[in-house]
Amino acid sequence: MINTQAAEDAIIKLEDAYKIYPMGSEEVRALNGVDVSFKKGSFWAIMGHSGSGKSTMMNVLGCLDRLTKGHYFLEGEDVSGLNDDSLSEFRLRHLGFIFQSFNLIPQLTVQRNIELPLYYLGWDPEQSAERAKELAKSVGLGNRLDHRPTQLSGGQMQRVAIARALANDPLILLADEPTGNLDTATGVQIIEMLRELNKQGKTIIMVTHEPDIAENAKNILIMKDGVIERIE
Amino acid sequence: MKILIKDTKFLRDVQLGIENLLLHKLRSFLTALGVIFGVCSVVAMLSVGEGASKEAMDQIRKVGSNNITIESVKSREDEATTSTRTRISVYGITYKDFERIEGTFSSIRTAVPVKEVRKQGRLGGNTLELRVVGTTPAWFELVKRPVEAGRVLTESDLVKESAVAVLTEYGARRLLATRGTIGQNLSIGENNFQIVGIVKSEAGSGTDIQLPDLNVDAYIPLNVARSYYGDTVMKRSTGSEEMNRVELNKVIVQVDDLANVESTAKGMEAMLKKFHPKVDYEMSVPLAMLRQAEAQKRTTNIVLGSIAGISLLVGGIGIMNIMLASVTERTREIGIRRAIGAKKKQIITQFLIETVVLSTIGGVVGLCIGIIIPLLIELFTGMPTVITAFSIILPFFISIGIGIIFGIYPAARAAEVDPIIALRHE
Repeated sequence: MINTQAAEDAIIKLEDAYKIYPMGSEEVRALNGVDVSFKKGSFWAIMGHSGSGKSTMMNVLGCLDRLTKGHYFLEGEDVSGLNDDSLSEFRLRHLGFIFQSFNLIPQLTVQRNIELPLYYLGWDPEQSAERAKELAKSVGLGNRLDHRPTQLSGGQMQRVAIARALANDPLILLADEPTGNLDTATGVQIIEMLRELNKQGKTIIMVTHEPDIAENAKNILIMKDGVIERIE
Repeated sequence: MKILIKDTKFLRDVQLGIENLLLHKLRSFLTALGVIFGVCSVVAMLSVGEGASKEAMDQIRKVGSNNITIESVKSREDEATTSTRTRISVYGITYKDFERIEGTFSSIRTAVPVKEVRKQGRLGGNTLELRVVGTTPAWFELVKRPVEAGRVLTESDLVKESAVAVLTEYGARRLLATRGTIGQNLSIGENNFQIVGIVKSEAGSGTDIQLPDLNVDAYIPLNVARSYYGDTVMKRSTGSEEMNRVELNKVIVQVDDLANVESTAKGMEAMLKKFHPKVDYEMSVPLAMLRQAEAQKRTTNIVLGSIAGISLLVGGIGIMNIMLASVTERTREIGIRRAIGAKKKQIITQFLIETVVLSTIGGVVGLCIGIIIPLLIELFTGMPTVITAFSIILPFFISIGIGIIFGIYPAARAAEVDPIIALRHE
């Protein structure tokens, strides 16, 4: 189909992907036959109106949701048939999430929030504290380790979230409207950080409805009614 | 090494659980209150129950759990005859009975015949109302009391029919008979005795189980008692005179083994029945009383145990309720953890640990208070209480168990949270 990359360097590949929700007697086809693959090191923006299927696409790519039909290859491995535990394991080892509403755990300090993936990876406390400090420093929050998320500004919270998403050194960063809750200037800063991470080799997939933000990605994919409308 | 890492991870989980509980101090405290009260009542119940049974055991040990006592009593038929005129009632255990008992049962180690007479004792100018106990040296084997001074009765006292007496410590003090007075003459009624020894006596503590000795006892050889005082005793009361003829007031029997106590008691009962048309004796078996006391204790324990059990149940339900609320409240947190890669199992562990930490802390606090309560009970009511290792370990494990039992459902609910929905949850 459209935009078929060379199979060997595709880190993500959806093949004839369907996500169908029953809704009473009707059914909603959130993904209605999607074929797409993303290259390693690429930076994609996924756009579309609400109900276009972009959120479902994001959930499937993030191993949070399973396809009704079709295949999803992550790093060449078919994850569409995996069980809940294996999907959790995939998220833990290969994926990093950034959300519109930051989704930090309010009762934990900045350091503890960043350490969270390492905790589930079974790192020992000293090593993970070390790594958390490094990451906090790299996003410019080295002096905020003991703060609670509520004591931080929106931009700072999103930077903590980025640090947390990077803790497990993921292959792919999934950003769901990362600038949606931020003012323009702060949003630009966050986008700059993502561009920098992309330069360092991270594959980034970002959902947004703001064209200005989407402009920063190398590729833009526009969804409509559960299918890919076009790719820019 | 691997175990070590696992252990430190567990400790870390516990620490995280405690931190989470400390975020809502008041709520955690109120939640734990149910378990605190529950454990408290379990500890208090166990120590009061244990104390009561220990007291009963102590009493029985003093009487001797291997012992059986047969006492002469007026039969019910005789008791019922109200007489205003002088008459003689003959009843009780005879010397012949004693010989038969001693000769028949191989399970009997020692048998002690006892003849009791109330007489006034006098030494110098002091008098004391004594219970004169005519008996054999076997008495002192059975009722083991430390000898304060001198000696106890011997076989040769019986053979020689010596007029000798052994006093109790209390009696000696009242009569001013000290160590130096051994060998002195004590007059009991119209007869003179030589004091040969002083023994300690157990002060009666007013419980159901009667000890065989009194502190106003004077022990003399049985045959001396018989020849001095005879078998007939006159009792005067207003308007009537009563003559009672009793050979032996009491026979105490020591059985060689606890297992034989009940069968020996039955055998003696059957034998006495054959020779006594009226039931003019009363048999008491401390072991049976012990059994009865234990049965009663069991009943009390069941009642107290169900009360404690209900309060623990209520405590557990309280914990479950709050944990369910906490799961709802923390749906978003659960979603975040799941998105990051936490498995369902790990979410279950997290919430279960929190519940168990809460119930265990409640248990420990309950234990601390529960240990104080029996002490207060003892202080204010004089009821004896005993805190055993069991009464501490049991409630401790119960509180852990409650955390697990009532934590599983909320934890399972937490694990079933769908991360996609949870992340949208506001």
